[in-house]
Amino acid sequence: MSYINKPKVAHPSLPVNTLGMTRRQYEGSMSTLCAGCGHDSVTASIIEACWGLSLRPEQLVKLSGIGCSSKTTAYFVSGSHGFNSVHGRMPSIASGANAANRKLTYVGVSGDGDSLSIGIGQLVHAIRRNVNMLYLIENNGVYGLTKGQFSASADIGTKAKRGDVNSSPPIDPVLLALTLGATFVARSFSGDKAQLVPLIQAGLRHNGFALIDVLSPCVTFNDHEGSTKSYTYTREHYHAAVEADFVPLAQEIAVDYAVGESLPVSLHDGSQVILRKLDPDYDPTDRTAAYNYIGNKLKKNEYVTGLIHIDGSDSTEFHNLNHTAEAPLNSIPFEKLSPGRAALDQLMGRFR
Amino acid sequence: MPGLIANANRVNDFVVKFANVNGTGSASANSLVMKAIFRMGVPVTGKNYFPSNIQGLPTWYEIRVTRDAYAARASQVDIMVAMNAETYSRDVRELSSGGYLIYDSTWPRSALLQRGDITVIAVPLAKLVNENFDGVRNRILLKNIAYAGVLAALIDVDLEVISALLTESYGKKPKLLDSNTKALRLGYDYVKQHLMSPLPLRVEHMDKTRGHIMIDGNTAAGLGCVYAGATVGAWYPITPSTSLMDAFKGFCERFRVDPKTGERNFAVLQAEDELAAVGMVLGASWNGARAFTPTSGPGISLMNEFVGLAYYAEVPCVIFDVQRVGPSTGMPTRTQQSDIMLCAYASHGDTRHVLLFPANPEECFYMAVQAFDIAERLQTPVFVMSDLDIGMNDWMCPDLQWDDAYRPDRGKILSQEELAGLEKFYRYVDRDDDAITYRTLPGSSPTGAFFTRGSGHNQYGGYTEDSAEYQVVLDRLKRKFISAPKYLPKPVMIGKGSSEVGIVSLGSCDGAIREALDVLGRQKIDVDYMRVKSFPFNNDVEVFLRTHSTIFVVEQNRDAQFRSLLTLETAVEKSKLNSILSYSGLPMSADPIVNEIRAKLAEAPRLSAVPRKL
Repeated sequence: MSYINKPKVAHPSLPVNTLGMTRRQYEGSMSTLCAGCGHDSVTASIIEACWGLSLRPEQLVKLSGIGCSSKTTAYFVSGSHGFNSVHGRMPSIASGANAANRKLTYVGVSGDGDSLSIGIGQLVHAIRRNVNMLYLIENNGVYGLTKGQFSASADIGTKAKRGDVNSSPPIDPVLLALTLGATFVARSFSGDKAQLVPLIQAGLRHNGFALIDVLSPCVTFNDHEGSTKSYTYTREHYHAAVEADFVPLAQEIAVDYAVGESLPVSLHDGSQVILRKLDPDYDPTDRTAAYNYIGNKLKKNEYVTGLIHIDGSDSTEFHNLNHTAEAPLNSIPFEKLSPGRAALDQLMGRFR
Repeated sequence: MPGLIANANRVNDFVVKFANVNGTGSASANSLVMKAIFRMGVPVTGKNYFPSNIQGLPTWYEIRVTRDAYAARASQVDIMVAMNAETYSRDVRELSSGGYLIYDSTWPRSALLQRGDITVIAVPLAKLVNENFDGVRNRILLKNIAYAGVLAALIDVDLEVISALLTESYGKKPKLLDSNTKALRLGYDYVKQHLMSPLPLRVEHMDKTRGHIMIDGNTAAGLGCVYAGATVGAWYPITPSTSLMDAFKGFCERFRVDPKTGERNFAVLQAEDELAAVGMVLGASWNGARAFTPTSGPGISLMNEFVGLAYYAEVPCVIFDVQRVGPSTGMPTRTQQSDIMLCAYASHGDTRHVLLFPANPEECFYMAVQAFDIAERLQTPVFVMSDLDIGMNDWMCPDLQWDDAYRPDRGKILSQEELAGLEKFYRYVDRDDDAITYRTLPGSSPTGAFFTRGSGHNQYGGYTEDSAEYQVVLDRLKRKFISAPKYLPKPVMIGKGSSEVGIVSLGSCDGAIREALDVLGRQKIDVDYMRVKSFPFNNDVEVFLRTHSTIFVVEQNRDAQFRSLLTLETAVEKSKLNSILSYSGLPMSADPIVNEIRAKLAEAPRLSAVPRKL
């Protein structure tokens, strides 16, 4: 961890967003993770993304489970409410919170242990329920807080720091999400801020469950030779297939794309994701094609990154299916919720 | 009631039991009979003994006609409507001496005549029905209505009342109304033409059900959640709690859907398991909605981890535990009060929880509302400890009342305006010196933002591993728990308060105890009775325990869990507490209470009925 607190006073020349806020105002408390931890880079990208979207801090809700990754919700946007829950159970907290107030923006940060072992049931069902939230998995293949055991995302043959070799096949969150019908599935690398920030922004604006699997090397327990989640290995086996640019509602599209290369996808609030296909054979709107493409690349030990699949329609989002009132349920006046005495008196007839 | 001769002339005081095969539609015929008696102004109770199965296994329904309006199960059966060949022999055995056995004589069964002390009433039900109706399913269903007709004639149920009920049920489906009415008359007329009727056990009009309803506790609790303003319900289906969420959803569809837009002012989440269900409740409550989950013992076991988080992070949470027979899967369709210790101390670490003990469906309604007020006032989990007997059986209760002036107690939530006046907000600082701190809701303002965690935290809401900081919070939680009784319902005291002998109990034992008190009273045995309605215990509990020298603790589990809780959480001497336990899975009856108290008092005669001050 770092030991130097940043000064509280911001330099007047720091850039501000449309709310007049600087990036510094989107920071949280100081990280206690190891120096060089991939997760801290993800935190920085979240800060950048929220600042860039001019998100009001109080409109954001931060949720997490247990583990190194889950600690990070304390390290960004201190003006937001945060809920660091129990191990593997963040999706249920998020589902309940979202049911109570559909107007806020929910970001969940989890890890590969939290999401793919103890919490895989809750992750699967949050995807199925299509809860409107961004769900980040900071994926490093190991349990950090308990000192380096393999997680369920560790590749076959990967070596632990102490020399053990993993022999069980990995669970890939991207393939998992695709089979479950997730409407927004992405993968990125903690070291690629340029790719990650627009993905986070698009995920926050997507009306439904948005999953981003972020390869985020563990410098202490999984950054050695023989690990397939080290910085070196990740950089060497990184295959960007689809870059995404996020274009907020009020902004004109100013980027030039060659014809056939770009694919704009509209989100429910009018903002857009512009996809740039780096591989012409790849179609991110076709779930089956995406699944096959990712699967084939994984066999060759290549991590495909970018916005792997998107379905811009939000018809299966939880509240849309439930026909929930537009106003948040937690804001509906009691008078509208309680049927009152006359209704009760009338109801009694049914029980005689 | 016990010891009464079945064939004596008994008006409005006897028990009819129906032995059926489940999945054959018998429930509607049985409740038709019960409702008809209720509408004749005669108090009734209905107890359903059903299997954990959908079709083909034995199931029983017991109607107690009780002019004294006793709520408990009676321990004898006077009339057996034996419609299940598989259970004939045990059904015959169960009938009390002098009782009546009604059976379908389409297929004569000589074995039935083995008991000389009962009257066998043979009605060729299948034959009658087959001669008059077509279709296998139709015949099975209508045979039930036909035996209802037989019974109506035998015990003199007002045929007009039954007809009115049938019209209410099938008024919009004339074909069904016709066939049901015809089937009813088949049975009724057969008795009138071929048998002596009515029996000495019969029903006569009274006026003791006016202002009352027949309702089960799950329906009442679901309705209570609607009236309390709950907007989020999360659950995983489990017997015997499922009908609570069904009721909530049903009432919400009636009262909470905008007729113009179809928009719903509620959300019901069917979770993947009970862990997720209670997690959703925490998420929604933390975010400012009133949220709840109904479950039963196995669900509570799974919820433990989150319950500890809710306790420590101080998140309101309402859990209905409709208790069933344990341990493990146990007997899912039988009743018990065996989750008392589990809920009182749920989760690891130092945790203690608020429990409410409804005794009947009426209290399920009111306690549902109270549970939300208490959970939000104290910012802690609240368990409503119902059970299968209360939750799934129809009880006669006074009409439910509602005061339109009621407004929810949302507890200490800082509004945006209050936050605007604050420079800094700290989640766990005891500003009012009452051990209850202020919370804020997500979306309010950056000033109010705080970080909720189940890890060690100090009073400012920050992470801590500092012993002193940790203890400040833990000690305040203890003070909060100790202060809880002032928000909780007080025990109900019955009796003169002058006896040396006392009964202490809770929940659905109440009906059996009140009946036992009447029986004992007639034998000049004067006993005081305290029914505890909540935990942590009120000081009145301490006083009652102190001022009675012999105390009977009545409860429905093997290990005397309530007695254990009393010994742990009050200053009572253990040796004063005698247990009267019922854990068969059947609702409690008055007999064991009467018998055990009499036996104990006979052992120590000086204790008996003598009041302390003469």
